[in-house]
Amino acid sequence: MAAPAGEPRISLRGVSKSFGGKVVLDGIDLDVEAGESLVVVGGSGTGKSVMLKHMIGLIRPDAGTVTVDGVDLATLGNRELPEFRRRFGMAFQEGALFDSMTVEGNVGFPLKRAGWERGRARARVAECLDLVHLEGAERKLPSELSGGMRRRVGLARAIALEPQILLLDEPTTGLDPVISAVVEELILELEERLNLTIVTITHDMDAAFRIADRIGMLHKGKVIALAPPEEFRNLPDPRVQQFLRREAKGPLTEG
Amino acid sequence: MGAVRDTAEGFFLEIGRFFTLLARFFAWTFRRPFDIAEWMRQMVKVGVDSTPVILLTALFTGMVLALQTYSTLARVHAEGYVGTLVALSMVRELGAVLGALVLAGRSGSAMGAELGTMRVTEQIDALEVLATDPVHYLVVPRVWATTIMLPLLVALGDAIGIVGGYMVSVVLLGSNPVSYVDNTFRFMDLSDLTSGLIKSAVFGLLIALIGCQQGFYASGGAEGVGRATTRAVVLASMAVLISDFFLTKLLF
Repeated sequence: MAAPAGEPRISLRGVSKSFGGKVVLDGIDLDVEAGESLVVVGGSGTGKSVMLKHMIGLIRPDAGTVTVDGVDLATLGNRELPEFRRRFGMAFQEGALFDSMTVEGNVGFPLKRAGWERGRARARVAECLDLVHLEGAERKLPSELSGGMRRRVGLARAIALEPQILLLDEPTTGLDPVISAVVEELILELEERLNLTIVTITHDMDAAFRIADRIGMLHKGKVIALAPPEEFRNLPDPRVQQFLRREAKGPLTEG
Repeated sequence: MGAVRDTAEGFFLEIGRFFTLLARFFAWTFRRPFDIAEWMRQMVKVGVDSTPVILLTALFTGMVLALQTYSTLARVHAEGYVGTLVALSMVRELGAVLGALVLAGRSGSAMGAELGTMRVTEQIDALEVLATDPVHYLVVPRVWATTIMLPLLVALGDAIGIVGGYMVSVVLLGSNPVSYVDNTFRFMDLSDLTSGLIKSAVFGLLIALIGCQQGFYASGGAEGVGRATTRAVVLASMAVLISDFFLTKLLF
């Protein structure tokens, strides 16, 4: 099921989306290559989350196409889309754990839905929790976990079915620096060990530089920069420089 | 003019969403896997847990009904028919409508809040990503549980309401117990009972579907969840009262 050689895994072409008259994405063109870790940065409200949700078909574009492994998502019906999504894992901003279930129930949920037999599912849950350094947390409820732990359980749930593509929505935002580093290392480890294609959106530049093969920047619904980390750091674009230097005044905040 | 247009737009948006969700609900009802455990859990939550409050409502409704009809019928010297009036009013109308209003406040609001919270914390998105249709997983069990349980609750309530009317008439107002019971059942048809129960099944469907709909389309954080919860109760109550008229006309 891998993408044909040389073709991008995910390809956005002219993707536009508005909500209630407000343009959020304005003709985005973006390719995600197989096996790379692409990080998309940008301020709050620049449409990063919306773009990520387009990649997995949670939101459908007003115009343009989203292609994954050569398949145009718009051609998939309500029955095929869930099946198609099994190649994805997605971790949400605050974890989005199901409150009514334990950690084991959450991480095991995709396994149960995929018809795994109970003992095998339990072993896989333990394995995934090991990977995110939360061994033995099976019986806890989401309400008993800290923000960082919830995020990591969300990550464990996302990788439970061994997806080929991982989408991460702000995986390190709001975490303390140590836990942040743990999550970053985890992402690198996953990329390397499981040979995943990873798309991360964040405004945490430190994390971006550590985990990215390429960094893209979104502004006003458009991709305004896309380059490997070292190159990205030295891009002359004043908008990129303002973002990197965390300056209050500049082209990003004007108009 | 703008406000009128917004209101009209909002109205048709809600109607459109309602029928979209209704169609998806029916489409997913018959698809595997059937989550029997979840159906049972919802039936307990909607049905068993609501029993005390429904019974209390029905009891006092029956009692008040006896007081009021006695006062009215005594003026035309027909106090012998209090039992008939109480029983038919409960079974045909009040048991179903009041039971539905109580359930809208209790379960409809809970569904709006629960699904609304799941929406704004991205749990519904997470379900979709995990190859699970949220209508199948969340809406189908809730709507069926309510549609099945409300008629059962109403049947119980009808009985308790009639008992309440009997107690007030016989104990408080000194009616003859034998003729009261006789008059209670003499004029009642099975169709009186079934019309009330059919209505309550429709009310159950409306309450749960509207509650789920409001939660499902919630947006805007904690405030949005609050709004969804309020709208779940208000719109479900309106739907019950309005559909009651048309159903009664239809089943008359």
